[in-house]
Amino acid sequence: MQKLGNTLVNMTVVLTLVAIVTGVILAYVNNVTKEPIDEQKKETLASGIKSVMQDNNLQVVSTDTVKKTEQEDNKEYTYVIYSVNNAKGEPLGKAVESTTMGFGGALKVLIGFNTSGDIKGYTILETTETPGLGAKADQWFQAGNKGSIIDKNPGTDKLKVTKDGGSVDAITASTITSRAFLKAVNQAYAATQIDVAEEETGVAMASEVGEQSNN
Amino acid sequence: MKKYLDIIVNGFVKENPTFVLMLGMCPTLATTTSAINGLSMGLATMFVLICSNLVISFLKNLTPDKVHIPVYIAVIATFVTVLQLMLKAYLPEIDASLGLFIPLIVVNCVILGRAESFASKNGPLASIFDGIGIGLGFTFGLTLLGICREFLGSGSVFGVILFPESYGALMFILPPGAFITLGFLVAIVNKIRGV
Amino acid sequence: MQYLLIFIAAIFVNNVVLSQFLGICPFLGVSKKVSTASGMGVAVTFVLTIATIVTFVLQKYVLTPYELDYLQTLTFIIVIATLVQMIEIILKKMSPSLYNALGVFLPLITTNCCVLGVAILVIQIDYSLLESVVYAFSTGIGFALALIVFAAIREQLDMVDVPRGMRGMSVVLVTAGLLSLAFMGFSGLEGGLRSLFGLA
Repeated sequence: MQKLGNTLVNMTVVLTLVAIVTGVILAYVNNVTKEPIDEQKKETLASGIKSVMQDNNLQVVSTDTVKKTEQEDNKEYTYVIYSVNNAKGEPLGKAVESTTMGFGGALKVLIGFNTSGDIKGYTILETTETPGLGAKADQWFQAGNKGSIIDKNPGTDKLKVTKDGGSVDAITASTITSRAFLKAVNQAYAATQIDVAEEETGVAMASEVGEQSNN
Repeated sequence: MKKYLDIIVNGFVKENPTFVLMLGMCPTLATTTSAINGLSMGLATMFVLICSNLVISFLKNLTPDKVHIPVYIAVIATFVTVLQLMLKAYLPEIDASLGLFIPLIVVNCVILGRAESFASKNGPLASIFDGIGIGLGFTFGLTLLGICREFLGSGSVFGVILFPESYGALMFILPPGAFITLGFLVAIVNKIRGV
Repeated sequence: MQYLLIFIAAIFVNNVVLSQFLGICPFLGVSKKVSTASGMGVAVTFVLTIATIVTFVLQKYVLTPYELDYLQTLTFIIVIATLVQMIEIILKKMSPSLYNALGVFLPLITTNCCVLGVAILVIQIDYSLLESVVYAFSTGIGFALALIVFAAIREQLDMVDVPRGMRGMSVVLVTAGLLSLAFMGFSGLEGGLRSLFGLA
């Protein structure tokens, strides 16, 4: 077959065709994968909430998005608070999504608090921490490990690394990640507190109606 | 058949993208913190390489010379996006661990390089085999580098613990270790090839 | 202050080449001489800053509002490729001297992954436009710095008697590893500056 020449018409036609075809293919693939991607996200979140609340049979009763400016660094942080009931409909506590800046980028954590504010569990949702160093955060602070924060209460226990005068052992050689992690936990706790305070005084929160979980 | 086998062997040995051509260095160094990460990056790149080689060998006579680069880039970018969406939908763990380096497959010089030097001159079948050969070579390079770094840095290979993590030299998982490990691997390959 | 922090962090702490592994190909390929290295560094900084502005605006005003996020990779790479061509043509007409200095490097920049990488990163980190520009510019400076320092080392390396198997790329990679190790010394810097500026 003869190769197409470099005429303006040929070039325009080829480029336009390529643009249309690639656009159509991508739109189609996007359409096909959209549902599984949303499904994946939902599933990750649902299993995350279950693991941090230490209960396999729970219901998410409401989802609140709270924006709050922290005085410490004058930056606005966004928290997503899931209020959770157990199978009998009694309140279990709250799971909170909280994001801070870690060593190499955003560190997004999901933390479960029971009704009195004790930490039930946590899981790392997003991280860019260094493998072998900061990335150890997903195990380090779990129950039974060196830096365990489980069953502690950020309101009464001072959740800071020992270097900063707190009671939590930092991950070896990863003080920055440890600080960022504990900051995320403490700020998440503070966010649940304002939520409670405002509910008590009857101020309506700007909240989306929570989706019922499938369980 | 022999011809196609030669193409594969050529991509794997003589023109190994990691150790000989030294192309696609960014993902090679960045994603090989563990063997499994290196392997998945290699396979992801191989998928895009085979698909783009195939399509470009079909398009080679339909694209005027002056616009061939934009057309090739558009084809490659399309397959990268398809891969990205598929991984997000069905293998989210891999998408999370490779992160930014999935969209960056677009600018991996291995792929554009093969499109220019092989697929635009050869038929579809040969181009597929070239994609397989080069892709396997790339996957092999990344996996080997990942195995070395994971072993030296954290004492395990593919997550199987071989010696306690605390004896590992952490530096090999950190950025400097990537350069140094690859440097010595290249030296070993040079020795074997007798350069 | 936060802009100064982004500036310093992008150059030293998270150096684009030595700790993020973006733009390795030109880093290894165009670092034989200090003069070419500085030319490449300037050209990348220039393209990087402009490309980031254009892709940022495109993302915020076209892709996100119309839910076309899945076209991100495709549009960004085409925009970058087009932009590089346009810059080349404009430089040729407007400033032949600058074109003579940078011209040869421009076509190489399209496939430099640090341009696409930074364009996608600023969207992921969710920077504002000004923050993105500062980040892109300082990343470019960080790239130039790493490239020039490395080129200076390689000029010296030529005079050294290297074992046979290590000649060529091998010793260059090990040297790059040592340079990267040196840059790791800056890793505490960001936290220190944060508390110095009261941003911690």
